[in-house]
Amino acid sequence: MDIRVVNVRKEFDRYPALHGVSLDIRSGELIALLGPSGSGKTTLLRLIAGLERPTEGAIYFGNEDASYKSVQERNVGFVFQQYALFKHRTVAANIAFGLKVRPRDTRPSREEIRKRVTELLDLVQLPGLERRFPAQLSGGQRQRVALARALAIEPRVLLLDEPFGAIDAKVRRELRVWLRELHDKTGHTTVFVTHDQEEAMELADRIVVMSQGRIEQIGTPDQVYDKANSPFVFSFVGEASELPVTVSGGKVWLDDRPIDLSGVADVPDGPARLFLRPHGVDVVCDRAGAIPGVVSSVRRSGGWHHVGLLVGAARHKIEVQLPANGSQSPSGRITVLPRHWRLFPR
Amino acid sequence: MSTGARLVWKRPSVIPGFGLTFGFALTYLGLIVLVPLVGLVLRNTTMGWHQFWVLALDPRTIAALRVSFGSALIAAAINAVFGVVLAWVLVRYRFAGRRVVDAMIDLPFALPTAVAGIALSALYAPRGWVGHLLAPLGIKVAYTPAGIVVALIFIGLPFVVRTVEPVLAELDRDVEEASATLGARRWQTIIQVVLPPLIPAILTGFALALARGIGEYGSVIFVAGNIPFVSEIAPLLIVIRLEEFNYDGATALASIMLAISFGMLLTINLIQSWSRRRFGHAI
Amino acid sequence: MPSELHSSKPPPPATGESAALRVTLIVVALAFFACFLLLPLILVFVEALRAGLSRYVAAIANPDSRAAISLTLLVAAIVVPANTVFGIAAAWAIAKFDFKGKSFLITLIDLPFSVSPVIAGLVYVLLFGARGYFGPWLDAHNIQIIFALPGIVLATTFVTFPFVARELIPLMQEQGSGDEEAALSLGASGFKTFVLVTLPNIKWALLYGVLLCNARAMGEFGAVAVVSGRIRGLTSTMPLHVEILYNEYAYTAAFAMASLLALLALLTLAIKTTLEWRYGDQIAATNGH
Repeated sequence: MDIRVVNVRKEFDRYPALHGVSLDIRSGELIALLGPSGSGKTTLLRLIAGLERPTEGAIYFGNEDASYKSVQERNVGFVFQQYALFKHRTVAANIAFGLKVRPRDTRPSREEIRKRVTELLDLVQLPGLERRFPAQLSGGQRQRVALARALAIEPRVLLLDEPFGAIDAKVRRELRVWLRELHDKTGHTTVFVTHDQEEAMELADRIVVMSQGRIEQIGTPDQVYDKANSPFVFSFVGEASELPVTVSGGKVWLDDRPIDLSGVADVPDGPARLFLRPHGVDVVCDRAGAIPGVVSSVRRSGGWHHVGLLVGAARHKIEVQLPANGSQSPSGRITVLPRHWRLFPR
Repeated sequence: MSTGARLVWKRPSVIPGFGLTFGFALTYLGLIVLVPLVGLVLRNTTMGWHQFWVLALDPRTIAALRVSFGSALIAAAINAVFGVVLAWVLVRYRFAGRRVVDAMIDLPFALPTAVAGIALSALYAPRGWVGHLLAPLGIKVAYTPAGIVVALIFIGLPFVVRTVEPVLAELDRDVEEASATLGARRWQTIIQVVLPPLIPAILTGFALALARGIGEYGSVIFVAGNIPFVSEIAPLLIVIRLEEFNYDGATALASIMLAISFGMLLTINLIQSWSRRRFGHAI
Repeated sequence: MPSELHSSKPPPPATGESAALRVTLIVVALAFFACFLLLPLILVFVEALRAGLSRYVAAIANPDSRAAISLTLLVAAIVVPANTVFGIAAAWAIAKFDFKGKSFLITLIDLPFSVSPVIAGLVYVLLFGARGYFGPWLDAHNIQIIFALPGIVLATTFVTFPFVARELIPLMQEQGSGDEEAALSLGASGFKTFVLVTLPNIKWALLYGVLLCNARAMGEFGAVAVVSGRIRGLTSTMPLHVEILYNEYAYTAAFAMASLLALLALLTLAIKTTLEWRYGDQIAATNGH
């Protein structure tokens, strides 16, 4: 089931949560809505689910305009951050809930429901837990039950709201892998919301980076990481350092030194911002076209040196990450050249 | 001041004053509560079992208990229904005057029972504000058992509302949204998802209202009619017996009422522990 | 294809009731509230002032009424401080120490709430009444308990002593002994610690409890009716006086006296609500009264 969000705007009591957002979600893909709090990602998810109504705009499920359909009619599977399991019902009753509340003519028989519950518990790798209550389960188990419950109704799309937010870090990583495998097995169109860029990069086929109610960029993890189209996306999706530079005559100048960077054509002359990835920087001999700097701090972490480097006349501080392969920790003056960088007008 | 080094049943503590405060509290309680209760028990024993049962099974006694318990039951049931509606409306909706209404729910706690009694009596008497509206319909409230129920509704309402309100307010809304996403219509969600966690609170409120209603005196006697076997409540019978110096009769009836009270207390505690087991928390 | 905003009525939010149902519920709830709670209150004031302000004042100012008022105030002035001291002592013992029988003590404190007020009066009559255990002894020594002030004080104390304790105990349990232990380690005496450290921590809950205790003490009817004998001008408290007047068909006077009690109730409610709004977290709300 593909989903089209067309020019959707949402205001809560005059507070604009989403400004005219459009998005095409392809059938069967696993797409992430990534952004900091307040970016509107959860609002967008809830609009797709039908838990909120758009102030303006439309949402299409396939060819149907679903914008004003009630949430019950949309047949979406929603997984909440705090699981929202029915505490007073067993695991089996939770999973069966969506099937049991159907009107008589579409309701499966008791036998069929029981079979489906068992299948789903196997699918989420929690066999035999039918009679437990949510209070007796761990966080990771509860979330998997929540997922099974959402899958029971054979939803057209699966929506997950920061599904691993309330779970321990180690379990979170296991669940990520598990979710991806589940998705590959079942093929549901899946939209999930997260503020954790690592999670989005690891799981999603495509990432929608959002900020302050707008979509900044849509793309595959590679596209969003390597070809960020704004300073916000660049710094949100990975670690970043920034240098104020000037573009003139097709070259980049730091103070009055040119830097050897190719492919600067599409940035207009004038002041600009050079963004680098700390680990995408090489140490070179001091020569024209590279950036000299003074080491101000060194921190050792795993196989890396995290080096604070003061650069330029104004002594801008940038973070540079260098492999710590047996060499001494850097000190004094070193010269670097960025390998992974993006340039944006100021 | 000894901190209980000699009293092995108390954990030693660096805070002073245990002897003083505990001693005072115990003495106070002893004098005000225990001694009189012992007096009651003694009275029962001097009466002897046989005499006790004769008095207990006296028709007028049984009738009074039936009136008290029956009216309290009906009133508590009505309060359980409307109390939940009131709690729902106060917690979930916004409307003008909501905070004032919420504050006024406690009126029956604060208002002296005699004041409530005469007001209800005047209200429902045949020429009262409400009484004269009901009279043409043939409905008589004052001086009938119906009047007792009305008075007990007044008395018991805060119990249900105040017990249900906090539980309702604490409910997570996302389970309701989850239920909706799974396809349940609103009424299904209310009955299957919202109501079950409220049941312990509703039952507790009901039991509290019932317990209070059985023993209520001041607000009932003005509007009740007090006709023996018809609209005479048990507390009134105790007072009448005392005035006749029939101490034994009064004691027997009082003892039965105390037994019922303790039974209700026990029930409430059982509801609480059932709730703790089933839902993981008390009401 | 973009769509314009639908002109039809928007459907209800995903997790709410329809507007029609909401309005119905509000109306039903408010009607119930008005009918059973508000109406009696309004009637008290209307009936009290029905015969005019001068009759109202006369009803309150006549000697019997004044005697009733002063008796009520006297009883409250004795009972409330006594119960406050008890409440503080009991809360201190329960909250700061661990001992066997603590839950028994707490249950005992909750006792009056589950006992009919008439029974509260009865137990004292059984002890001190003319045919009670101590009756003959009291008679011989010319001491009047029943049908006199001491009886009224005792019965009122029985009915109202839990209020202060019940407000303080959960709060002090929640607060723990940390502050007191700190003060003691700095050299303060027990009493000083109580006055300078504990009291400020519990002052709002204390006020709340005293307020409720007072309201109940002044308004108690059943227990006092049994022990007082209703001797006009001597042993009639305000609630009893209301009863006497009403039974004599002196309706205006009865409602006049009742209106004073109703005003007290409203004042209590107002202060109580203000305390809950402002200092709710320092009161540790308990369920049921």
